[in-house]
Amino acid sequence: MYNGSKIILGLIIFLAIATFPFYSNFGKSAVMPSPSTDTPVINQLAKKECVMSAEYMKKEHMKVLDQWRDEVVREGKRDVITVGGRVFEKSLQNGCMQCHSNKSKFCDECHSYAGVKPYCWDCHFFREGGQR
Amino acid sequence: MSIDRRKFLKIAGLSGIGLGLSAADSLVKGKAHASEESSLPESGVRLALVIDIGKIRTDEDYKRITDACHSIHNVPSIPNTKHEVKWIWTDNYEHTFPDQTNEFIPHEMKEKRFLLLCNHCAKPPCVRVCPTKATFKRPDGIVAQDPHRCIGCRFCMAACPYGSRSFNWVDPRKYLDMNKTNPDYPTRTMGVVEKCTLCVERLARGLEPACVEVSNGAIVFGNLADPGSNVRKILSTHYTIIRKPAVGTQPSVFYVIGGGENAG
Ligand code: SF4
Ligand code: SF4
Ligand code: SF4
Repeated sequence: MYNGSKIILGLIIFLAIATFPFYSNFGKSAVMPSPSTDTPVINQLAKKECVMSAEYMKKEHMKVLDQWRDEVVREGKRDVITVGGRVFEKSLQNGCMQCHSNKSKFCDECHSYAGVKPYCWDCHFFREGGQR
Repeated sequence: MSIDRRKFLKIAGLSGIGLGLSAADSLVKGKAHASEESSLPESGVRLALVIDIGKIRTDEDYKRITDACHSIHNVPSIPNTKHEVKWIWTDNYEHTFPDQTNEFIPHEMKEKRFLLLCNHCAKPPCVRVCPTKATFKRPDGIVAQDPHRCIGCRFCMAACPYGSRSFNWVDPRKYLDMNKTNPDYPTRTMGVVEKCTLCVERLARGLEPACVEVSNGAIVFGNLADPGSNVRKILSTHYTIIRKPAVGTQPSVFYVIGGGENAG
């Protein structure tokens, strides 16, 4: 076997790099996230309703935001959405976050569990703990 | 910048032979006589601003107007002029109207500062060159920009003859007090270009642009395509100029130039 030791060393290095994502996460974020809807605005609601069902929003909220973005920015369709008598702007900052005023608990917990960093927050912002 | 303007122009010049030919071609076909065509859109709306420069006098006047825009849109104040971001700003007569070559203009004109912003051109080159359609023209004439789609290529900055666009070289939030920002409006992020949006978000709520609102009547906003509109009334009764008419972009920002009752 030619260069056997080098090949084996190479293999070890390759395996170390290839499996890095797995062991670097080992022991971290093992706790299942439990996003909370415990916010002053939501607690006051007689019926806890979002613009879509909770099931749908859990899976597809990013699609909803994407669609709103195109409607508002590109098509100028800024009409509001009314659910159960409440009026929502099609907006992350001025819509969603008005109810979900607990970003770290409601958004960040899942996002860090899933290892996603939505770049929405590079521009849209939220003042934790009573923003206005 | 690793390539300076001269080098760029040289390269552009070499590759521009083809461009030149096609320009000549369209001249022959008569397409280049843009200024003779009506710039009024089919939508029946072309939003415009008329700025009466005689009515903006003191430094406070200018500051009130530019601050109104920059504070509600979370535009950072970056001291390094190479990195600065501006939606509305001031400059002197020569820089504002370089086509007006008359050296014997009134002294006040030479001293005067002019308010500058995106002209929401009827024929905007920035829209034509944007590869992602992040910059686009709305049916109401607003040249809008969708920061979500901007890839920061800065073609629009090169194409705009008015320097109306700024690139975010640094994270703008470093230059904003995030506790004092307007919570209704986002910031931008590094690598994205931005400019005046003619306050689309305010127009949608039935408000006038912020700079118009605080201008004490010096800036008037309206629909150029409506002969009865306030902007058309001013344009038909006052002498106005636009910036760099020769480049053919047909700005929607007009300047009422001095004298008589306007200066009053
Ligand atoms: S002023 Fe510049 S950025 Fe604004 S529409 Fe005209 S070309 Fe585009
Ligand atoms: S910098 Fe952004 S807006 Fe300008 S041309 Fe490139 S993608 Fe379009
Ligand atoms: S129209 Fe709005 S965005 Fe444009 S300069 Fe005036 S205040 Fe700023």
